[in-house]
Amino acid sequence: MTETLPLILATILTAATPLMIAALGEHVVERAGVINLGVEGMMIVGAASGFAVAVLADSSPLGLLAGLLAGLGLAVAFGLAVVVFATNQVATGLALTILGLGLAGLVGQGFVGQPRAAMAPLAIPLLAEIPVVGPALFTGDPVFFLSLGLVALVAFVLSRTRLGLLLRAAGENQDSAHALGLPVMRLRFAAILFGGAMAGLAGAYLSLIYTRFWSPGMSAGRGWIALALVVFAGGKVWRLVFGAYLFGGITVAQLHAQAGAIGLPSQLLSALPYVMTIAALLALSLGGRKGQGAAGSLGQPFVPER
Amino acid sequence: MTPLFVLTPRPFVSPLRRVLTPVCALAAALAIGGVIVALLGRSPAAAFRVFLVEPLTDPWAAQEVLLKATPLVLIATGLLFCFRASRWNIGAEGQFLVGGLCGGGIAILTHGMTGAWILPAMMLAGACGGLAYAALPALLRVRFGISEILTSLMLVYVADLLLDYLVRGPWRDPKGFNFPQSVAFSDAALLHPLLEGGRLHAGMILALAAALAAALVFRRTLFGFAIAASGEAPRAANFAGFNEGRITILVFLISGALAGLAGVIEVAGQVGQLRPGFGQGLGFTAIIVAFLGRLSPLGAVLAALVIAVLLIGAESAQVSLKLPLDLARFFMGLLLICILLGESLERYRIRFRRAEKERPA
Repeated sequence: MTETLPLILATILTAATPLMIAALGEHVVERAGVINLGVEGMMIVGAASGFAVAVLADSSPLGLLAGLLAGLGLAVAFGLAVVVFATNQVATGLALTILGLGLAGLVGQGFVGQPRAAMAPLAIPLLAEIPVVGPALFTGDPVFFLSLGLVALVAFVLSRTRLGLLLRAAGENQDSAHALGLPVMRLRFAAILFGGAMAGLAGAYLSLIYTRFWSPGMSAGRGWIALALVVFAGGKVWRLVFGAYLFGGITVAQLHAQAGAIGLPSQLLSALPYVMTIAALLALSLGGRKGQGAAGSLGQPFVPER
Repeated sequence: MTPLFVLTPRPFVSPLRRVLTPVCALAAALAIGGVIVALLGRSPAAAFRVFLVEPLTDPWAAQEVLLKATPLVLIATGLLFCFRASRWNIGAEGQFLVGGLCGGGIAILTHGMTGAWILPAMMLAGACGGLAYAALPALLRVRFGISEILTSLMLVYVADLLLDYLVRGPWRDPKGFNFPQSVAFSDAALLHPLLEGGRLHAGMILALAAALAAALVFRRTLFGFAIAASGEAPRAANFAGFNEGRITILVFLISGALAGLAGVIEVAGQVGQLRPGFGQGLGFTAIIVAFLGRLSPLGAVLAALVIAVLLIGAESAQVSLKLPLDLARFFMGLLLICILLGESLERYRIRFRRAEKERPA
């Protein structure tokens, strides 16, 4: 048990990290008052282009960077549409997801089934020596540690800095924020760019670190689960982290259950993350937090009066 | 630094502009698509011919276009109810699959039997299945305030896995050499061609009837007005006494039932059995159809034809030009973005800031 436990813990972290990164980005976007349903599309394009660049340049870090930039590129398109041209955010996001799924297929065309070696793990000196917990929590891929840093950074910026305050103001009440002279559109655009970069990075993590191969449709709804995590978080970053690891746990548990052949149909187990997403949202609502935590101006197109 | 330009609402949108918007959006998307095709190393002119001209000029392909458009019209017509009310049912694909499963289930249960009642029973079961599957996100939204976007979408994955389970497990054809598919439906469970030698079946008539009925509801009934009011001015609709929750549930039930019906028509008219992937993402494509048709039933019929041409063109381009199907997907997403941008430019005028400054105070 002492041998497999760290391994299981490590796989949970690997399964949770892309969810957490994508959800963290979308969290910032939604704090600014924009809902981006294109996360799934940005993720899969990040996964495809990240993998393609990693293979061509034979460098996983470059691949991760490429995935991030691909997400950023789609975010520019999304931002132009919803912020500058005030299009319907729900429809635009959906369009981006459809476009992204197609684009990822085109980009990843020549790379289906190619394996890719794991990135060298990073071990924190001393802490990694602790039995069980050490190998699981303090030895990991660099992006895992980066994701923890990003969580802290986002939490700090949103709650403790002027920028975070302005961003939340733009999301909470766009008209008041505008009347106060805040650059609502620019704040939103910046948030969208951050969200896109995170979704792209999360996608590249999927293909380069989680599965280590590219296959079409491999994001399998993780972008949507990330969106659900943001709702689940209700404006609090720590709940987002908790939710992401919970889902990582569920994903890994159902994979182990499938491998262990416990007599349940594998499809039932595969459906678990999606059913659990609905169940989590339901539990949240039953807990009396109905509609709470979302930014006041979420999803409303903003066209300044003057 | 001030923004380069601002959007100002147009006081009046001419009918010509309303017609030109989707046409221009299509043209813009085609131009960008052509560039992508050129980047992939194929001739844009050849791609244009295969994607958009040949499906219309070749009689066999033209029939396929109408067959492909049928489920799109049905699903998109249902989605119009939701989208006009600003309720976001994006899980039509799941409702389509469940409809096909319920109808297909009847076909499998009655396998080998004859009777004119079988097909209507399948249709009823499919519509009810789709309806029930759409009721779930609607109820979750109305009762618990849970985003219908996320729940309806999550249920697509669940429906997909349910289909996979059934055709690999209990409903697998025992004589099917272990292929994941059900038995081929008996004659009584199939939608037959209307004309000898052709392939078109009664599904198309049903789809057109649904679109016509929707047009009547939107134009002539209080319910149609309540939907529009609730979508465009929710507060005003509330003051007018329209029950928000009831509208949510009704529009979801209607769109679910139509998507379910489309599912039955697809399995009974086109596929002839249940097998994984019979959905082909048509439930998602129908979202594009609804928007391309400017959320009007007549527009949806026209848009479904355009998209069906593209889909049939994409299938032949895969063979003749070795262009992947993903290109069509990419193009449809692009098209939707172009339409949304076009709609924005229709509603607002772009006014450049610089010109404003030069004006004497």
